[in-house]
Amino acid sequence: MYDIVVIGAGVVGGMIARELTRYQLSVCIIEKQRDVAMGASKANSGIVHAGFDAKEGSLKALLNVRGSEMMADVAKELGVHYKNNGSLVVGFTDEDIQAINGLYERGVKNGVKNLRVLSKEEVKALEPNISDNVIGALHAPTGGIVCPYMLTVASVGNAMDNGAVLKTDFEVTSIEYTNGVYKVSSPTETVEAAYVINAAGVYSDKIAAMAGYGSFTVTPRKGEYMLLDRECGNLVSHTIFKVPTKMGKGILVSPTVDGNLLLGPTSVNIEDKDNVETTKEGIDAIVAGSTVCVDGIPLRSVITSFTGLRAVGDTGDFIIEAAGDHFVNVGGIESPGLSSAPAIAVYVTDLLAKMGMELKKNENFCPTRKIFRAAESKYHKVICRCETISEGEILTAIHTNPGAKDIDGIKRRTRSGMGRCQGGFCMPYVADILARELGTSLLDVTKFGGKSNLLVGKVKEVQA
Amino acid sequence: MKHVDIVIIGGGPAGMAAAVSAYKAGIRDILILERDQHLGGILQQCIHNGFGLHHFGEELTGPEYAWRYEEEVQKLNIPYKLGAMVTDLTADRKVTYISEEDGEVTLDAGAVILAMGCRERSRGALNIPGVRPAGIYTAGTAQRFVNIKGYMPGKNIVILGSGDIGLIMARRMTLEGAKVQAVCELMPYSGGLNRNIVQCLNDFNIPLRLSHTVVQIHGKDRVTGVTIAKVDENRQPIESTREFIECDTLLLSCGLLPENELTKCAGITLDRVTGGAVCDSYRQTSAKGIFSCGNVLHVHDLVDFVSEEAELAGASAAAYVRGELSTNGRVIAVNPTGGVRYTVPQMLYTEGGDVKLFFRVADIYNNVTVRVSDGNNIIFEKKRKKVAPGEMESIALKADILKNINGDNITVTLIKEGEKA
Repeated sequence: MYDIVVIGAGVVGGMIARELTRYQLSVCIIEKQRDVAMGASKANSGIVHAGFDAKEGSLKALLNVRGSEMMADVAKELGVHYKNNGSLVVGFTDEDIQAINGLYERGVKNGVKNLRVLSKEEVKALEPNISDNVIGALHAPTGGIVCPYMLTVASVGNAMDNGAVLKTDFEVTSIEYTNGVYKVSSPTETVEAAYVINAAGVYSDKIAAMAGYGSFTVTPRKGEYMLLDRECGNLVSHTIFKVPTKMGKGILVSPTVDGNLLLGPTSVNIEDKDNVETTKEGIDAIVAGSTVCVDGIPLRSVITSFTGLRAVGDTGDFIIEAAGDHFVNVGGIESPGLSSAPAIAVYVTDLLAKMGMELKKNENFCPTRKIFRAAESKYHKVICRCETISEGEILTAIHTNPGAKDIDGIKRRTRSGMGRCQGGFCMPYVADILARELGTSLLDVTKFGGKSNLLVGKVKEVQA
Repeated sequence: MKHVDIVIIGGGPAGMAAAVSAYKAGIRDILILERDQHLGGILQQCIHNGFGLHHFGEELTGPEYAWRYEEEVQKLNIPYKLGAMVTDLTADRKVTYISEEDGEVTLDAGAVILAMGCRERSRGALNIPGVRPAGIYTAGTAQRFVNIKGYMPGKNIVILGSGDIGLIMARRMTLEGAKVQAVCELMPYSGGLNRNIVQCLNDFNIPLRLSHTVVQIHGKDRVTGVTIAKVDENRQPIESTREFIECDTLLLSCGLLPENELTKCAGITLDRVTGGAVCDSYRQTSAKGIFSCGNVLHVHDLVDFVSEEAELAGASAAAYVRGELSTNGRVIAVNPTGGVRYTVPQMLYTEGGDVKLFFRVADIYNNVTVRVSDGNNIIFEKKRKKVAPGEMESIALKADILKNINGDNITVTLIKEGEKA
């Protein structure tokens, strides 16, 4: 029996779990997938928004500005790359400039600091590669970029370091509530807890409904991205947005914290909550959308493309509510969810206190991660040549909470396989290390859990 | 900082041949830095035959070919380090490597030979739409699993791209009991050697679908199929020709890219077409004393020519170290035009002796004349019955021809049949 079970090990669930371990509470995080950060948290823009987009007075506005202010410190504590690179909303028409002035007003009301509307010359001075057609821009110096999946890995890991339990491959199929105890079950296991926090991303509406609190729906909004080689990461230094529309902030051009150049996302509402296909239309839209803003994007240098699903709630705002007895919905956390995550965690904790949860400080809480160190020489043995990742770093990823269990888990934690050859060289070596360290056969090594095994059998034992 | 006369980056066929050649030219202070745990590079996983016909006059497997050089490296006691990854190179030849044994070390090299090889183009770089399940591998990765590790990456296979590794793997997977459904090639011709099409596809009744590409990948955890389509003359898929093929694996053999990250570190000028350094007839790059050879310079079809090029680079580096590299005479730029995509070298010297000029063509042409001109005059001509992008061509230019070049550049062009001479 736990005090709290958090459903969903995305950045929101991870941040909440970590925040809760600041108190004397037993916390269990359950996750459908084999690893953490497997939903929107691994496939998004990685932007820490300044907070001028969301409507004044909304939860989005409040938590974005707060979260953005907290992000630098949280990232530092957790050892996650964060960079305060600033953002620009660029305008090409008079209507755009009107909208930019509107964003400025809204940003000021939301409490965003140091916003400025720039002239064409000022924009070009800051970012020479922005298209000559630009006529002005909103500059938000507080905007930043962060590695979204590492923020998730680190927050879940730090929660575990402080006593939380992570259960992966735990797909919730029923939630029962009797005599003040929630029984949250997968087909094979049941976890009991006094409180439940539903942070299940695009599935948060389904989880709420399962518990009998289905008051909202979540629509997956597909966003496709293209990632370019690190040699293009300096094309722009700020995150470059176009003027937002009803469907979101549009296609951006941004450096990532790891030095790549990121283009995207598209924005298409879909029904299938698992559809992360990329499409030709998506790729075409990204190319069209990014090249009007920034000149000289070397599209030959694309190293991968991917799709994420934003969890768009039906209220237009984040849905953070005490839905029932000891049950909290944290749903509809679309953009600016990543930016808001640290603030959402504090907000939810305050909400739990209001619901009657006793919060006694955990004197032993340590805000930094316990990092496994392999033998020093292993950090000089290079496994991934494109990103220069050593065996030591891979061992650290496997043996530090939450330990990597598959190829993609190693990739997100270390960047091994995330470079220009996309794992062509290092993947067989990483598979060997995983099998050795986890004590399994190479045949059991997967790309990302489930039935995503890399290999189908030994030679001489396979017949088509 | 420790000085080494010649540091060779990469211990594959190019690096080893360069080392042996430099040794034979009298240099003893040589160091090969190899990032893998063995010498021989990618040849170690190329267990098929067909290597060495030109260079040794006999047919060898990849590991056998590699052993010919490794044996010599051992016999001559040429120093090498395994598990040594070079992380930085400067134009003034400071080479930094890291290894489990030595930690991080920076060497001061008298000359450097770049022999890092190439990598395969990945799925991401191809922008194939669809999902990202397990079961998508480059042909070389699959080759490593099967030939080195003894595991099968799949049993029901579609191959995209008809590069040589893809063709070889079509046969290899078939021999190991897998079913290869088709090899799709975007272009109207194969990028691989004709002999591989015959021996690896035709002999096993594996269909080669020219002007076809994969337009979508299906599956959730593991690949369950691909949709292929015919492409029009602009290489755009034709919707009405979409066809689903059930498979558990997609292998990619869509081109090789020279690995010139270190070359870029040193600020060396690269050729946009080859993806390798611009070099002179000694295989010297734009940085004095830094030479390049093998697949890092331009992608070769046959290792035999890699060895030949590496021996030249090794001898040149030795001459450079001794201060005897003759770059006398005028510098002549070599310009590829009219169906010639690139040449290697890209520049030569009027007083530099005989030069063998390698080049690739842009399309398949029958009955062409390869012509070299210096503006006013045709200085060399050679007829070819058939040339194809998948097969590297070469011409030998004699020293006395080069001596008499007018101006500062020559063009290499293809005169097609019926074109005005």
